[in-house]
Amino acid sequence: MATAAVTAERENYLNKEYGIRSWLLTTDHKRIALLYLASITFFFFIGGFFALLIRLELLTPAGDLVQADTYNKLFSMHGQVMIFFFLIPSIPAVLGNFLVPLMIGAKDLAFPRINLLSWYLYITAGLVYLHCIVMGGVDTGWTFYTPFSTAFSNTKVIEAGIAIFIAGFSSILTGLNFVVTIHRMRAPGMTWSRLPLFIWAHYATSIIQLLGTPVLAITLLLVVFERAFHLGIFDPTRGGDPLLFQHLFWFYSHPAVYIMILPSMGVVTEIIPCFARKRVFGYSAVALSSIAIAVFGFLVWAHHMFVAGISLYSAMIFSILSYMVAIPSAIKVFNWTATLYKGSISFSTPMLYAFGFIGLFTMGGLTGLFLAALGIDVHVTDTYFVVAHFHYIMVGGAVMGYLGGMHFWWPKISGRMYPEGWGRLAALIVFLGFNLTFFPQFVLGYLGMPRRYWQYPPEFQVLNVLSTAGSTILAVGYVLPMVYFLWSMRYGKIAPDNPWNAAGLEWKTTSPPPTFNFEEEPVVTWEAYNYDQLPEPQEVSLER
Amino acid sequence: MFDNFPLWPVAASTGARNVDALYIFLVLIAAFMSVAIFTMILIFALRYRRRKGVHAEQIEGSMALEITWSVVPLGIFMVIFAWGAIVYFQERTPPRGANEVYVVAKQWMWKLEHEEGQREINELHVPVGRDVKLIMTSQDVIHSFYVPAFRIKQDVLPGRYTTAWFRATKPGTYHLFCAEYCGSQHSGMIGQVVVLEPAQYQAWLSGGLASGSMAQNGEAIFSQLGCPTCHRFDTQGRGPNLKGIFGKPVQLEDGRSVVADENYIRESILSPSAKVVSGFKPIMPVFQGLVSEEQLTALVAYIKSLSSGPSGAASTPTEPSAKP
Repeated sequence: MATAAVTAERENYLNKEYGIRSWLLTTDHKRIALLYLASITFFFFIGGFFALLIRLELLTPAGDLVQADTYNKLFSMHGQVMIFFFLIPSIPAVLGNFLVPLMIGAKDLAFPRINLLSWYLYITAGLVYLHCIVMGGVDTGWTFYTPFSTAFSNTKVIEAGIAIFIAGFSSILTGLNFVVTIHRMRAPGMTWSRLPLFIWAHYATSIIQLLGTPVLAITLLLVVFERAFHLGIFDPTRGGDPLLFQHLFWFYSHPAVYIMILPSMGVVTEIIPCFARKRVFGYSAVALSSIAIAVFGFLVWAHHMFVAGISLYSAMIFSILSYMVAIPSAIKVFNWTATLYKGSISFSTPMLYAFGFIGLFTMGGLTGLFLAALGIDVHVTDTYFVVAHFHYIMVGGAVMGYLGGMHFWWPKISGRMYPEGWGRLAALIVFLGFNLTFFPQFVLGYLGMPRRYWQYPPEFQVLNVLSTAGSTILAVGYVLPMVYFLWSMRYGKIAPDNPWNAAGLEWKTTSPPPTFNFEEEPVVTWEAYNYDQLPEPQEVSLER
Repeated sequence: MFDNFPLWPVAASTGARNVDALYIFLVLIAAFMSVAIFTMILIFALRYRRRKGVHAEQIEGSMALEITWSVVPLGIFMVIFAWGAIVYFQERTPPRGANEVYVVAKQWMWKLEHEEGQREINELHVPVGRDVKLIMTSQDVIHSFYVPAFRIKQDVLPGRYTTAWFRATKPGTYHLFCAEYCGSQHSGMIGQVVVLEPAQYQAWLSGGLASGSMAQNGEAIFSQLGCPTCHRFDTQGRGPNLKGIFGKPVQLEDGRSVVADENYIRESILSPSAKVVSGFKPIMPVFQGLVSEEQLTALVAYIKSLSSGPSGAASTPTEPSAKP
């Protein structure tokens, strides 16, 4: 206990200053990461609450729990909150913010004040959006399709559009900060080929954020202007084109999927080597596949529009390009699997999430092959098949990675250990609950149940009941970690500097790190994932 | 509870079988790939679980493996792509001589009109074994015409025509859904497709209260609006002679050439100066806002009837729903 007490009193970024001002005016990337963590968790539970209401409504075929208009707002706001206020900032703004400087041996991000500004933009956007919810909400779906959003919906479309417009700038600034930091702030010896793959993934993500988000911002601005001033850009009676909106929207919103999934892939690529005690199989293949995903991700947007009225030949081009973008994702899955070969594998909580990620992401990716197949897409697009597919990627993939990362770096972030037994239990509950929620939806989709339906024919009920049952299990799985993370901040065991004996510069400083991260600037003379030079850790005990 | 628990949708059209065949192929591929990956992970995780005194063996990677597991999936993907494209090409190319049904969607209702003049709401009667082509537009927002039993879906847009087609193979009643979110009663914008034996269909047709075929109605509207003053059936008119133009390429004043399909006729009525035929002046008045979608479809049906064949069977060659 004596050493623990000493550790606890050592100055770090958490205990350096106290008081609300020290948080709201901080330029420390680690504190800003925590500001983001609190805010996105808040929005996650709002979005989750909407999701539960959706699932409860769908328990019976009749529309009986809420009104049709309310239901339409619930799925619209569930999507917008989860995508723009949770998933897109989740890993980059929390784990990325915390870890990018630590992993490359820097004192902070390149632009600490811009980093704080990005959080304030996010909060401004969040407040505008909350105001929009309170004033009656929005019912356009997360996709804002015209002319419904511009001329027919009588909900708060302008407010929602402005909120997401502002949130976009917070995302752009985070991306900008990461690109500059990764280029300019690497410690001596930290060459590109020595960078952790988490950094490569965030680099690729940042490029998408920088190049894609402005297009979304412009598109939403056009929707707002069209709605307010009747410009006629998307209005066919004035020579406009509603499909133009879809092209612009998906030009961002397809790459946005990679903003959500690439960082998660980065997290998994850190966890697997650590708990298999091995270097990553095919380092450069994994690194370059991140860049390939970022590049190809920009060339597939119209695969959301195969039945929208685009020409036969453009549909074929976008179909074939969609198969191209599947290759780098497949490469990653194969390399993670190969990394396990001849490893020394332990089944700690982060590793369970990494396994869960591979399983669910693989399912999501393989069902993407169905949707990219033109003939199949005609039948299953805009049905529950699509709903299941993108939840496998964005919840099964991105959120599993996020939770895995939170467990993996929680000792570094908080200086405390979470209870390992509860951690494993929660990982299992999330995995089972997720599959029970979303697997039946693949079947529903092929049967033909359209998405965004408030009421549905009775033959779809059994599968919907299964899905709703799963969602309640999933909810328990998501609440558990929040409870024990909060609990551990006070009662958890004091974390050692490197509880997993993991490679990576972030583990070479104290837990939690001091304000400027390292006592002295590190000099890197080793490759990433040099697990042959690190002893295996003691198995973490299951008792707290 | 389990009586009402289908796991596979009814297949009631020729196209549905093609889609199902590809789908089953994909399910097999996905099952094979996921079982292969999950088995490998399971084997590695158990075989190489952490044991005292046993250390991991560091392996850098393998170029040969990277190339293998890039190229082999790529080959499989290309097969899926090609197969999917073939099925799509069939889905999107209506055969010549199909029965034509005009569909006007609005919040939250499907209005359908047969060539023979029968009108229906949220219900479509079709004969078994005949090709049926749908020519669809929307009065307000984007909708989507979706019949799961036929595996067809096509968005229905305001301001243009999109098309879909099917040939029903099994008499019965099937769901018609709106699949593109369109506002409050999106999930109430449903109906049914009733597939009848040919004899029953004939009985249904003659039992309807059609007041003339669509082409006849279109002709009446054509006269009412004063179109024949300029569009004469000789070479003396101030507007082009419309006889026989449907489905043919038209030389435009600015040198371009377009095929006179449904969308071109529509555009030429609503905003005539957009694509003026070579040799004519842009003097036609604008009809945007002056004719309803139903009147427009009747006019289109009439102009099609002026072309060779009994019902203007000459359809657009390849891309009826491409952007105008």
